[in-house]
Amino acid sequence: MAEHYSSFEYKGTRWFLQRITAVFLIGVLAFHFMLLHFVNHAAEVTFLGTQARMQQVGYFGTMVAFLVTATFHGVNGVYNALINQGLTGTRKTTVKWVLVVASGVLIAQGIRTALYMAGIIA
Amino acid sequence: MSQSYDRGTIEDFGRWKEFSAGMWAWIFHKFSGWVLIGYLFTHIAVLSTATQSPELYTGTIRSLESLAIVRVLEVGLLAVAVFHILNGVRLLFVDLGVGLEAQDKSFYASLVVSAAIVIASVPTFLAGAF
Repeated sequence: MAEHYSSFEYKGTRWFLQRITAVFLIGVLAFHFMLLHFVNHAAEVTFLGTQARMQQVGYFGTMVAFLVTATFHGVNGVYNALINQGLTGTRKTTVKWVLVVASGVLIAQGIRTALYMAGIIA
Repeated sequence: MSQSYDRGTIEDFGRWKEFSAGMWAWIFHKFSGWVLIGYLFTHIAVLSTATQSPELYTGTIRSLESLAIVRVLEVGLLAVAVFHILNGVRLLFVDLGVGLEAQDKSFYASLVVSAAIVIASVPTFLAGAF
């Protein structure tokens, strides 16, 4: 019997960030689904409606934080899964940098899109 | 101290019939994670039409949403997202040492609650699709 078990001990920055981003994403992903499928229906989305939401500073900040945390959590999860499958050596280093670059591009493009949506750039 | 259980390598999918509930939870969590990160890249690509023109953005989303297959895929996306969230909560509790003894039951609960939420959401997701 396990009298006390916890894997919540220091296992590195990526391990810790994976759990911190998970806590944030649990709330924000559920909020995102509720807002864009139940409050506003996806089929009725328009640019003006999106712009009205994105021009609210709190919403804009939440969506950018959503993008950054989801990208880290997802890509780090993929990296961990590949390591579990036996990825090592040069291939591991190559995959790591491909994922880093893909994450950077995704976040940059996502923020650029968010700025267009908010009407900050046009 | 916790005991360790040697159930073999989970990456050896060929012996799936021997997998325990916790191993299935691990596989479903990985699978739903792959789907979600794949969708994130696709989602940003579609939303990037906003950088071209408001009309293209609205038109692209309206066109996609008019396709029944897209609506059905959205239900699938909801299913993997809800399961990933609920099983993720379960994993956080296990990490904190809470509920480890009932980790198999909490996995089954994640599946049942995910199914209930998805079934209840189907009318909203498929409204006007057919």
